[in-house]
Amino acid sequence: MHAALTVFLKEVRENLRDRRTLVNALLTGPLLAPVLFVALINVQLHIELDKAGKPLPVPVVGAANAPNLVAALVQMGMVVKPAPRDPEAAVRQQKADVVLRIPAGYAAHWSRGEPAEVELIYDSSRRDTHEDVSRLRDMVKRYAKIVGAQRLLVRGLSPALARPLVAADRDQATPQARGALIFSMLPYFFVLTAFLGGMYLAIDTTAGERERQSLEPLFANPVPRRRILLGKLGATTAFALVSLALSVVAFAIAGRFIDTSRLDMVLDLGAHFATFVLLLMLPLVLLLAALQTLVAAFAKSYREAQTYLSLLMFVPVLPSVLLIVVPVKAQLWMYAVPLLGQQLGIMQLVRGEALGAAPVAACLAGTALAALLAILATMRVYASERLAISG
Amino acid sequence: MIEVQNLHKSFGAVKAVEDVSFSARDGEITGLLGPNGAGKTTTLRMLYTLMKPERGHVLVDGRDAASDPLGVRRALGVLPDARGLYKRLTARENIEYFGRLHGLDEATLRRRCDALIAALDMAAIAGRRTEGFSQGERVKTAIARALVHDPKNLILDEPTNGLDVMATRAMREFLFGLRAEGRCVLFSSHIMQEVVALCDRVVVIAHGRVVADAAPQALREQTGAASLEDAFVQIIGRSEIRAA
Repeated sequence: MHAALTVFLKEVRENLRDRRTLVNALLTGPLLAPVLFVALINVQLHIELDKAGKPLPVPVVGAANAPNLVAALVQMGMVVKPAPRDPEAAVRQQKADVVLRIPAGYAAHWSRGEPAEVELIYDSSRRDTHEDVSRLRDMVKRYAKIVGAQRLLVRGLSPALARPLVAADRDQATPQARGALIFSMLPYFFVLTAFLGGMYLAIDTTAGERERQSLEPLFANPVPRRRILLGKLGATTAFALVSLALSVVAFAIAGRFIDTSRLDMVLDLGAHFATFVLLLMLPLVLLLAALQTLVAAFAKSYREAQTYLSLLMFVPVLPSVLLIVVPVKAQLWMYAVPLLGQQLGIMQLVRGEALGAAPVAACLAGTALAALLAILATMRVYASERLAISG
Repeated sequence: MIEVQNLHKSFGAVKAVEDVSFSARDGEITGLLGPNGAGKTTTLRMLYTLMKPERGHVLVDGRDAASDPLGVRRALGVLPDARGLYKRLTARENIEYFGRLHGLDEATLRRRCDALIAALDMAAIAGRRTEGFSQGERVKTAIARALVHDPKNLILDEPTNGLDVMATRAMREFLFGLRAEGRCVLFSSHIMQEVVALCDRVVVIAHGRVVADAAPQALREQTGAASLEDAFVQIIGRSEIRAA
């Protein structure tokens, strides 16, 4: 039997017997993310959709100054609340989200046909109140528009006169693409799952083996060290791949529990999606396994390796964050960059777009090249005398 | 047959091994004796090609470790200072793993495992995971692992370290058995009684140099000391003076 295969089988068998590795690689890693994801999205949907139809309670100062306005707003969903003594202070102290103030001069302006003013008192730095503020503003605008149109009609003029220009929205986002905004963290979840799936093996097979002093007897066998490394890398990659595959399947199942119809979008995390995700991720899993082993080879102990790898774990989040903060138009070369290529490719799949042959090829080739370099670098470290000596 | 010619090895400014030469013959037990830190482990590590000497040669059955490291490792059974076993594997699985890495076929592997488990009296523990093994059980497993490919030459780094009296005696008998089979056994120790009880030849190392190479009896006669321990102290003492 080939020596690398012997090493591979032994590492797999040994780690299948380790409950901690199993739970982390095959249970919490792949399953926690989808569950969390579905829960988060459903909560978010719930909040946004509920708010739109819910009555909007607003403290109103000087409601008696404009009974018609208030009556119209109440019809649109506003609920009049007693006014606080000092509205500005109430908003600043977060006792009220938004306060409507109708000045005493309102009626006078109104009857003279001059623009009457109402005040919206709010704090724009409080993100949670944006929704309420803009709903109230819309209500006021709608009322103003209706009354304005009526005034023109009374004078025998068409309301259209006052609207010489209309900007019409023609949103080209497909229903899938609307979903994509929410799902832009999905590629990171996949990368993270693959990372966690392989992490324990990468540590165990290098830093762990050295700490337990079994690396020295292992290297006394008549097998070139690079073959031993290949077996270990293979085992790490296999665990990461299984972890990732479980995660993809879990997302496919979890996707059914997201009520996408209420979102007016389509979410397809089915077989086609899963296949392409696994394909795009394959070289990346190898790259991650090699990098993890490389880092673990520099650590003196299991614990030290764990610390280093926890830091390394934050690297894959960069492309996700970068693309959210600085949205860029995808160029072909970007697909060749490891992590970035997978991020772009998977997002395209989520958006329901067909993935061209050139981007897929660039993504696979670029990441595979990086993986090869990482493996060669790890082989060099493995060949060093220092590696086997447990001290 | 293990031949060592003018080995040199240093770590930074520290000269761990300086011009060490000796040979260990087939059918003999050769002891590498020296105080802690004398360079025994480093010398052995160069023998089983874990480290490369800066100068000098290692020949195992005529094969040069520098040009044919895999051939040398194939001809050697090694019990390193680091005995690490895989604790989630059974004793037998530990032995089998190394057998497969030596390229043994399954039938040979089974035969060798059974023979070693019987010879080392391990039948009761062979099927148990090595987690929680006693020091003696660990050493037995590690020795079986080192012998699984039936090597002609055996290198043992402090084989009786941490063993109790009974286990030490059993180990001695086992090593005599290997000698009777015509194998070349090289082991290191810093324990005098050990060397007296076991060795046909003693190579004394101090400060990275060979300071004596003879049969235990001859060593005593050379120095005129009453016991081997006195001889040892004298020899080491001389080298202290030389080193200073």
